[in-house]
Amino acid sequence: MVIMEHPKETADPLQQPQRAVIDPAELPLRVNGVAKTFGGGFDPMRALPWNRKKTQDGPRRVVDNVSFEIRRREIFGVIGANGSGKSTLIRMISTLLLPDEGDVHVFGLDAVKDSMAVRALINRVSADPSFFKSMTAMENLMFYGRVYGLSPQQIKTKTPDIMKRLGLEWERAIEPMSHLSRGQQQKVAVARAFLTSPTLMLLDEPTTGLDPRSKRDVQAFVKQVQAEHDATILLTTHDMEEAELLCDRIAFISGGKIVAEGTPLELRQMVAKEDDRDVADINMEDVFMQITGKDLAEDEEDGGSQ
Amino acid sequence: MTFIAQPIPMPQRQSRAGVAWAFIERQTNLWKRYWAWEIVWLVYGVVNTLAVTFIATQVGETGAVPQADVDRLVLFLLIGTLVWAYLSAVLDDISLVISWERWEGTIEHTLMAPVERWIHLIGMVLFGVMHATIRTLIIFAIAAPFFEIDLANSDWLAAGAMLVVGSFGIAGLAILSGILPMLYPERGQQMSMMIQAFVLLVSGVYYTVEVLPQWLQVFAYISPATYILDGIRGAIIDGESIADLAPQLLALIGFGIVLIPASLATFAAAERWAKKTGRLKRQG
Repeated sequence: MVIMEHPKETADPLQQPQRAVIDPAELPLRVNGVAKTFGGGFDPMRALPWNRKKTQDGPRRVVDNVSFEIRRREIFGVIGANGSGKSTLIRMISTLLLPDEGDVHVFGLDAVKDSMAVRALINRVSADPSFFKSMTAMENLMFYGRVYGLSPQQIKTKTPDIMKRLGLEWERAIEPMSHLSRGQQQKVAVARAFLTSPTLMLLDEPTTGLDPRSKRDVQAFVKQVQAEHDATILLTTHDMEEAELLCDRIAFISGGKIVAEGTPLELRQMVAKEDDRDVADINMEDVFMQITGKDLAEDEEDGGSQ
Repeated sequence: MTFIAQPIPMPQRQSRAGVAWAFIERQTNLWKRYWAWEIVWLVYGVVNTLAVTFIATQVGETGAVPQADVDRLVLFLLIGTLVWAYLSAVLDDISLVISWERWEGTIEHTLMAPVERWIHLIGMVLFGVMHATIRTLIIFAIAAPFFEIDLANSDWLAAGAMLVVGSFGIAGLAILSGILPMLYPERGQQMSMMIQAFVLLVSGVYYTVEVLPQWLQVFAYISPATYILDGIRGAIIDGESIADLAPQLLALIGFGIVLIPASLATFAAAERWAKKTGRLKRQG
């Protein structure tokens, strides 16, 4: 809910001058009974003569009645195997996918009806950095910053500081993205997202495929942003260590459904109580296995074969 | 409604013109990076213009046609090839609005940005028009000295008006064909190119539409390119003024009025459908 004009300048590179404000009484993210099914409906590809005889896939319910809420300044983890529905969930929150059932609200704004306002509040880092590879990092950041409403001057001022915090040399900014390593590209992707100072950040497996050093840099940056700024973060990952390190609360997703939710300690305590073990001996992998009856690799196979 | 002591910042919005300019700047950067392809298309454009227009020179050398008619044919073909170089570049650049993003893998990040789609499309249209204009002028500058052409009688204002007004209808057509890669991620771009080929066939680029079979002439009437070519040839070859070309101009205004809103509405509907069915993912 955009409620008033409130211009303010700030020297902090991760903070922006502001015009409108939103109601803080509203939760940063409220996902209510969201479901998504793929396949089974009309497909124009199948209407093409050369595709008519191909067997149509049956409907697949990828996200099934998922509900959760995230509080301000919280890092909320959604943990699950590949194919468990994490990215579909993120796409629905990002306004890139319309839910079949349920609704998503970002600071009280409906992600379908108020999608433009929601998009101005969020940004996303995905496992694949997704850049114009022939353009330089700075040209990419200039483009994405501008479409999020930043002036070229603001982008030029903020970028060096964000890159420095991510452990990325400034010289890399003027090289084509295709010349950068996977880890460097992912750091630029993180910079792109934080450049726009989103109030809700969606991190979709941001450290997948990164070397240990880059992974630590990104994780440290996320922690730093959470500590210093008014950012709320939804993190999806299948890295249990990362989840425990970064997240205030965690939800486990399996087969498109949330199967457990709580703080890392609460989840470990739950398993400790059921198994009559010491909490210190239990890790997130144990919790996942206890709740779903399988480990991540098995769940991934099930998800992939759905 | 709650007013608060510690407001949560929202990004400051720059002007819509600034956002549209971001797309023009991005396409320009891509154009610079892919300069080798630009050279290829430029050489192709020059060669195509020369190859087609030399047909008129060949006709003249047979001696069977009066020189005045030969000169007219040279201009007729030269205008056809140059206007088509412009129109095809506009159609290409705009219809790639989705395909570019799929190729680069940026479709999700671009489409989740808080940009009104019509602003996004205006940026792409303006880049397409500027890019096509530059390329066509270079082709003209290189090709023109090869032929003896008399442009003393030409009404350049009328020709320019035809091109500017006609560009709206072409932009609408290009946006419509740009929707196909959104609906058909794997083969949509090929379908867009087939539409472009069909426009080339029916619009009288290298011949008058009267030579087409009757059933194909129907499509000539609903192609804005037909009226653009007819008007520009009238202005350049016969020196017709804007007043003389009023019927063509009115037709092109009509195309713009119908095609621009129709293409924007169709694009919005297609985007909604793509979001419903999960087609806004990278490809290739």
